[in-house]
Amino acid sequence: MLTMKSEARGLIAHGVSACAGCGLELAARVILDVLGANTVIVIPPGCAALFSGYGNETVTKIPGFQGNLESTAAYAAGIKAGFEVQGRGDIQVLGFAGDGATVDIGLQALSGALERGDKILYICYDNEAYMNTGIQGSGSTPLNAWTTTTPGGKSVYRKDMVGIVAAHKIPYAATASVGYVDDLRKKVAKAQAATATGPAYIHIHTPCPTGWGSKPEHTIEVARLAVQSQCWPLYEITDGVNYQVTVPVAKPKPVAEYLKLQKRFNGVAPEELSTMQTAVGQDYTRLTNK
Amino acid sequence: MSTRVMIDGNGAASEGLRLAKVRVVSAYPITPQSPISEKLADFVVQGKLDAKYIRVESEHSAMCCAIGAQLTGVRAGTATSSVGLALMHEVLGVAAGCRVPIVMPVVNRSLVSPWSLWCDHQDAMAERDGGWLQLYAESAQEVLDLILIAYRTAEDARIQLPAMVCLDGFFLSHMSDAVYVPDQAAVDAYLPPYVCHNFHLDPNDPMFINNLTPTAEYTEMRYQQAVGFNQAPAVLLAAMADFKRVFGRDYSLLEAYQCDDAEAVIVTLGSMSGTAKYTVDQLRGQGKKVGVLKLTSYRPFPAEQVKQALAPVAVVGVMDRSPGYGAQVAPVATEVRAVLSGKPVQGFIAGLGGRDISPATFVKAFAKLLTGEITADVDWVDVKENALTIREVK
Repeated sequence: MLTMKSEARGLIAHGVSACAGCGLELAARVILDVLGANTVIVIPPGCAALFSGYGNETVTKIPGFQGNLESTAAYAAGIKAGFEVQGRGDIQVLGFAGDGATVDIGLQALSGALERGDKILYICYDNEAYMNTGIQGSGSTPLNAWTTTTPGGKSVYRKDMVGIVAAHKIPYAATASVGYVDDLRKKVAKAQAATATGPAYIHIHTPCPTGWGSKPEHTIEVARLAVQSQCWPLYEITDGVNYQVTVPVAKPKPVAEYLKLQKRFNGVAPEELSTMQTAVGQDYTRLTNK
Repeated sequence: MSTRVMIDGNGAASEGLRLAKVRVVSAYPITPQSPISEKLADFVVQGKLDAKYIRVESEHSAMCCAIGAQLTGVRAGTATSSVGLALMHEVLGVAAGCRVPIVMPVVNRSLVSPWSLWCDHQDAMAERDGGWLQLYAESAQEVLDLILIAYRTAEDARIQLPAMVCLDGFFLSHMSDAVYVPDQAAVDAYLPPYVCHNFHLDPNDPMFINNLTPTAEYTEMRYQQAVGFNQAPAVLLAAMADFKRVFGRDYSLLEAYQCDDAEAVIVTLGSMSGTAKYTVDQLRGQGKKVGVLKLTSYRPFPAEQVKQALAPVAVVGVMDRSPGYGAQVAPVATEVRAVLSGKPVQGFIAGLGGRDISPATFVKAFAKLLTGEITADVDWVDVKENALTIREVK
């Protein structure tokens, strides 16, 4: 048996069994550090369920519930309602789900909660595939990326999840990255404040060394290159219409520079890379024109 | 102490949830349950129910919201039917496994395929082993009363199991009846405020609920649910006895009607029980010694009481409103056969997809029992002779 000689200072204990270099772990520690102890977390099955714990042990120092893959937002909405009718609406309820549980199977419940204006914070950590079950493609897997269910490279673009969320005209939505922790911290704080009036949503890019074939020590570098190549723009949207890029990228690095640190893009042909570069540039222009 | 009003079964279910003072309602409409969702919304808007109403986008989310809300320490209410219940299936197991004592009216309706809007018990029977108590109402009055009894039982510290109060679609849900609606004060005296006895979500007392559980503990946590079920008959009976003391109406796990000297008895569930009793009266008038054994509680199955009630009866039939495909007999008949070792039990299937189980159906079934036409096969007693050529595709 392992004995811990010091207690973790944050709301997550030492020794989470996440993979080496996991972007999600950093995101979780930062998010709970900002939100504080008056928070209840809902986690579906997936990588973040490592924070739910196993058996009689948990990693979180806040109360939590492990729900089902498709209904994180619905559980969060019910929990929030239960607190509200008891005069405890100040308790922050956080849904914390991966891209599979958000962009795919959980989209319906999330859309319902956003439409109703439930005062919950929903954070998607996006490692761009179903990582916990073995690197299967998700609706958030980017074009041309290898996964075990897109072995020839994904042939279609990812869903614009933040666009879908913004279409619900909720008070606050944002993208974030573990490569830009200060930006992430500010956005979590803004999102928390926004839940006084309605739902808030943050979509965090969390590189996955295991699934992406990147080196664990390169996680932050990979995350930053995604932003600097305009592959993962950092922005926020208030009330569904006011777009603001929070980390502008005036002189983008080539997409190829971001891809080359990851084995999942090894099969990308030169003409495919050219298509990706064009699409990334067009997306960024559209974003900055909003 | 109570008001007598004309309401239908859905109205009675809504009154039951209102009187139980549910604080969070998460509801999604489905025929024939929709009036319950609508009525609860009205109650909240009119201030007759101090609750937050969550207009969810699916039955799956309805149950998730109810579970989440109740884990914070308040009663949560929802209702469903048919494919809505089926859609909830996954998270019905969460409510049961997390010991969240939600009470839910289930307006019984067929499952697809083919599509049907009407009554049978295939929806609830598909959930019979899911860890929920299942009570079946014969009338609108029973719907209301059983909801209050179910709350008392489900929330008891020894039980901590969710409960379905099943009412037959249209036959009960949409049929107006004179129902005694008790005063709030009387209900408050019978049903104390909800207290979480088990898992709860509270930043002042953090715990993580429903995480991955190792093989070394999973069986034991399932066993805890079984112990809850084992204690349920006694707790139900105590809740029913107290109900009689407060409200004057008598309930039990089952009701034996004209069974004492009966030569043939048919076991029933739900609204068909009234028709069965009427038919027994008619047949008794013709000198035929027949009876009815109505089950109010199907989960837990009151095995010992069924055994005792049917011990003196020579010939037993069971009228199932669901087919129980692939089993030797349908679900209720399976249970009855299991407790009557050696005695022949004739399984009947009728009333699927809203087909009326009429007195003629029971007359036919009793005639078979009285003439000793017992077969090992299930008797689809109301099936048409041209069953195999209906919509035949060649």
